[in-house]
Amino acid sequence: MTNPETRIGKRFAALKAERRAGLVTFVTAGDPDMETSREILFGLPGAGADLIELGMPFSDPMADGPSIQASSLRALKNGMTLKKTLDLVAEFRNADNDTPVVLMGYYNPIYILGVDAFAAEAQAAGVDGLIIVDLPPEEVDELWKPARDAGIDFIFLTAPTSDDARLPVIVKRASGFIYYVSITGITGTRSADIADVETALKRIRKHTGLPIAVGFGIKTPEQVAEIASVADAAVVGSALVDVIAANLDPDGKPEKGVAEKLLALVADLAAGIGGAGEKVA
Amino acid sequence: MTKLNTYRAGPDEAGHFGIYGGRFVAETLMPLILEVEKAYTEAKDDPAFWDEFHSQMKHYVGRPSPLYFARRLTEHFGGAKVYFKRDELNHTGAHKINNTIGQILLARRMGKTRVIAETGAGQHGVATATVCALFDIPCVVYMGETDIERQSPNVFRMKLLGADIVPVSAGTGTLKDAMNEALRDWVANVDDTFYIIGTVAGPHPYPAMVRDFQAVIGNEVREQLHEAEGRKPDSLVACIGGGSNAMGLFHPFLDDKDVRIIGVEAAGHGIETGEHCASLTAGKPGVLHGNRTYLLQTDDGQILDGHSISAGLDYPGIGPEHSWLFDNGRVEYVSVTDKEALDAFQLCTKMEGIIPALEPAHALAHVAKIAGDLPKDHLMVMNMCGRGDKDVFAVARILGIELSQ
Repeated sequence: MTNPETRIGKRFAALKAERRAGLVTFVTAGDPDMETSREILFGLPGAGADLIELGMPFSDPMADGPSIQASSLRALKNGMTLKKTLDLVAEFRNADNDTPVVLMGYYNPIYILGVDAFAAEAQAAGVDGLIIVDLPPEEVDELWKPARDAGIDFIFLTAPTSDDARLPVIVKRASGFIYYVSITGITGTRSADIADVETALKRIRKHTGLPIAVGFGIKTPEQVAEIASVADAAVVGSALVDVIAANLDPDGKPEKGVAEKLLALVADLAAGIGGAGEKVA
Repeated sequence: MTKLNTYRAGPDEAGHFGIYGGRFVAETLMPLILEVEKAYTEAKDDPAFWDEFHSQMKHYVGRPSPLYFARRLTEHFGGAKVYFKRDELNHTGAHKINNTIGQILLARRMGKTRVIAETGAGQHGVATATVCALFDIPCVVYMGETDIERQSPNVFRMKLLGADIVPVSAGTGTLKDAMNEALRDWVANVDDTFYIIGTVAGPHPYPAMVRDFQAVIGNEVREQLHEAEGRKPDSLVACIGGGSNAMGLFHPFLDDKDVRIIGVEAAGHGIETGEHCASLTAGKPGVLHGNRTYLLQTDDGQILDGHSISAGLDYPGIGPEHSWLFDNGRVEYVSVTDKEALDAFQLCTKMEGIIPALEPAHALAHVAKIAGDLPKDHLMVMNMCGRGDKDVFAVARILGIELSQ
């Protein structure tokens, strides 16, 4: 069901061939500053990230817990903007033409830039997909159409509250993959029970053949491995940005080695699903 | 802009007022939003629901609130005949309880067993904690740390009423941040929790639902002024933060084309300083807290923190229906500074023996600007939407007077 021509389609096909699930890593663009963020982003594929979810910082991240809220605010404080986020992706794309990059964030900065301009610039930068937290199917068409025309996948969130009546509405416009939010809650808080996740994925798979990535509350290599046993990919975010938060000096400047520490955690997470170090950046 | 046949038909089925409103929420919340909408649509058509609402309005809230002719201020201004709609005399001291009664009845109808709310000035928090005490439902109120400091009497009232107050330190610790946190709570407690939003904002159906509950204000004004003067008002004035008291007063009159309608935003230290809460005067359309509306924001679409002397107006957005009424020109929107509101606060207290909340003091400051130039037979109704007891400590501090708290 994924388009085999896209980076996302190719990556999931490759994962299938390797008979393993993928690791999706989330970091916020520009966190804690542009230089460190670039170092992290460029190091992610080599550390074992199969897909990269890049947060577009927003002042009011309503679906995020304290870790990602703080991450977003650090980036904004250091001058990050949506334009600079797109520039960062373009720079990354020059160095890596295979690893899919999915932008995740909230609608307002995109709306202010303009949906058509955003779709065109995202395409030019080499963005593969979008996850826009506050655009449910009811409101999505104004961005979904320009994104589709630009060949960018729209990845929709499904949640434990998405019942059999709701799922068809969601998957109707979905492409690339489906993101299953494994808990009712915000990012980086509690973790789901694996049996509940398995039941939910079975239900979602009745409605779509797209790969399913599972996120929210996944922090350790053990949890990644557990999710990988039932899902097509596991998403880790808060645990990674927590590494940044833990390695800032009193002025909020990154301490030396923060990127290495974060990438080491990515490698640990990837090891649990046989993904670490198998690819080169 | 083409002239509409009616300004009272909105929103459409998807909750849009023109391009404004809508349901911009995370997928986890969508089924809940749809459930609230379904429950409200059913309740709206159920006479028994409204019988209970009006019974609570009469016996518990103390409605109808008086429509009072402000004789001394009218003489002082020297023009229009100024009436106050006395919603500050409601139980809990503001218009907020009209809405919380409506929503708690809906929450009970839906079988919800826990209530959350956000609050800025604390008036909505108090009104929510009050109805939760009345119906014995656990209540959690999210409130910015800055607001907790400047509204300590209301914080204590909420605690006495049995509510849990959760301080919010994110951002500048004001209403916007409290609303973010309430939404985060809701997404984590989807099964048992009802979110009582305090103003005509948020995802559909809240803007329309809150408006419908607050419309009791405008409906009473029409009747009461007819009794007092035998006719309709010539103008209506109300302050606007999110805009619920204003929408409650305005909505029943939107199709009375000869009624001039004015909303008053908070200009803080002055629009030119950038420290204000005048979303319509100085913001642009964007998406926040579940709806598209005018917002104070940067060129990159990051939301700015507003500033106002009045915690109740300290919000960078505004209800989507106001955005729509601004674009189509049916309602005039103006702004008033902290200083002007403070002067009106003192003037009203001395001349009418009514201590207004700082929020309606903004409306009064605009009345003071325009009433003198209007003819003596002009009937102007201003919504006195809250009383100022909660503000006396803050005002004392600004005036340089030390009170022991």
